[in-house]
Amino acid sequence: MKITPATSQRLVVAVLWLIAAITLFILLFIIAYIFVHGLGNVTCSFILESPRRMGRQGGILPMIVGTVYVAALAVLIAAPVGVLTTIFLTEYTREGKLTSFIRFGADCLAGIPSIIFGLFGFVFFVIVLGMGFSIISGALTLALMVLPTIIRTSEEAIRAVPQAYREVSYGLGSTQWQMVTRVVLKSALPGICTGIVLSIGRCVSETAAVMLTAGSALRMPCSPFESSRTLSLHFYILAREGISMENAYATASLLILAILGINVIAYLLMRRFVAKVT
Amino acid sequence: MKQDKIIHAALTLIALSAISGLALIAIFVFKEGLPIILRVGAKDFFLSGQWYPREGKFGILPMIVGSLAVTAGAIIIGGVLGLGCAVVLTQFAPRRLVVVLKPAIELLAGIPSVVYGFIGVVVLVPIIRQHLGGPGLSILTASIVLGIMILPTVTSISVDVIRSVPRSYREGSIALGATGWQTTHMVILKAAKPGIAAAFILGMGRAIGETMAVIMVAGNAMELPHSILDPVRTLTSNIALEMGYAAGDHRQALFATGVTLFVIIMVLNTIALTMSRRSAGKGG
Repeated sequence: MKITPATSQRLVVAVLWLIAAITLFILLFIIAYIFVHGLGNVTCSFILESPRRMGRQGGILPMIVGTVYVAALAVLIAAPVGVLTTIFLTEYTREGKLTSFIRFGADCLAGIPSIIFGLFGFVFFVIVLGMGFSIISGALTLALMVLPTIIRTSEEAIRAVPQAYREVSYGLGSTQWQMVTRVVLKSALPGICTGIVLSIGRCVSETAAVMLTAGSALRMPCSPFESSRTLSLHFYILAREGISMENAYATASLLILAILGINVIAYLLMRRFVAKVT
Repeated sequence: MKQDKIIHAALTLIALSAISGLALIAIFVFKEGLPIILRVGAKDFFLSGQWYPREGKFGILPMIVGSLAVTAGAIIIGGVLGLGCAVVLTQFAPRRLVVVLKPAIELLAGIPSVVYGFIGVVVLVPIIRQHLGGPGLSILTASIVLGIMILPTVTSISVDVIRSVPRSYREGSIALGATGWQTTHMVILKAAKPGIAAAFILGMGRAIGETMAVIMVAGNAMELPHSILDPVRTLTSNIALEMGYAAGDHRQALFATGVTLFVIIMVLNTIALTMSRRSAGKGG
């Protein structure tokens, strides 16, 4: 039997819709499964207490603080470096050997697995620089890891700023640096922030790299030079060592809630950016 | 004028941070890992299946095979689903579906890998154990979990590549009387081929580099697998599982495992980058 083009069209469209449906189903299933098993255990005391008996009982406040600490520090380090790199690439130089060299570096860095970042952070920050297992070691490692994301998203944002803005700014007598900071960065800001917010998400969900650099201490971190266990690592340890399934589900629920929130913020920022430049 | 020069110099210096980060990573990982490969001998290190750190035997062949096996499985599953989603998003979906599917795929990319691994353990492993046999922790399970995890990578790059195919190609094909599917696979996917290949290779890089999810679902057995229902240990899980207590030669051997992984990833990345550059040149 010969299949006519019209039949194959219908068949393929059906298969493709099925694929899209499967993808949506997987996402909803993961979120629903975690929430159904875990959201009920997320209570005020769970969020506000310290863990007892290795996490079997009690809450996860130190991990929440540790996660915020690591992610915030990482982004505070990576964002200025990433945005300034982008300004150099887009405003201060012509396309040439140097820019393609820098882009090659960023692209390669983006492809390196987190466990390699972990190995590097372990020997460089933890041992050679003597920072030990600490929040700062973890943050520096993660900063390097999210740097390419920040460079790529800021580059897209800065390139989307219309050329006319720059010309008008020069026309009004501004220097290049004034033009970049007051006109280009200002218009590109929501787009740049999208990249930064998504990077926070990556830091929050990262496990392998922080395991080898920030360590897994359970106590409340007081300074960036202390070890701290992040939420995702805590979840991994709870689930893998079978310490407490209830607390594992509850921790996973909080992680998913955080990622949902971060994605919504990124989405809203992106919409604002698109509305601003077009 | 002077101020501008200072700013230019400072920016140049900062812009080199990404490349110097990459160089530092390469230097330190190789410095820690390379000596032991040379001492054990490349042949024994890469082609022996005996990993007994206490006796000083470091052979990572089963891990290399394990990594390749789960990656191959992942790219089949993630490739089909990911490319399918990309084609739906760019060619067939009405706007209302696009505004749901696109953020959904971005969200899928944001879910922590430990959560994927966990769902794999509590949902997928029992299903596979009951219906297909074996321990449940297997190449197949890891492939499915990794396939879903790399789907967003494959989709987002493929969408960009397909979007960059000139509109006139599509219009010309439709005007010649081709159906939407004929246009898609004969014209658009053909023009986008190098870019889609790059998307698949980057997806492979993601899969081979994934750690936590694989540890949870692949079983971590140190033997050469005979079927897709056998448990395996990957290069990444080997590092993450033993790094906590390793010292001396053992730790160096784990860094050497990292060196192996690093080289594989750099090769994959370079291939993908050249391919996507070629594709960009062609699509113009």
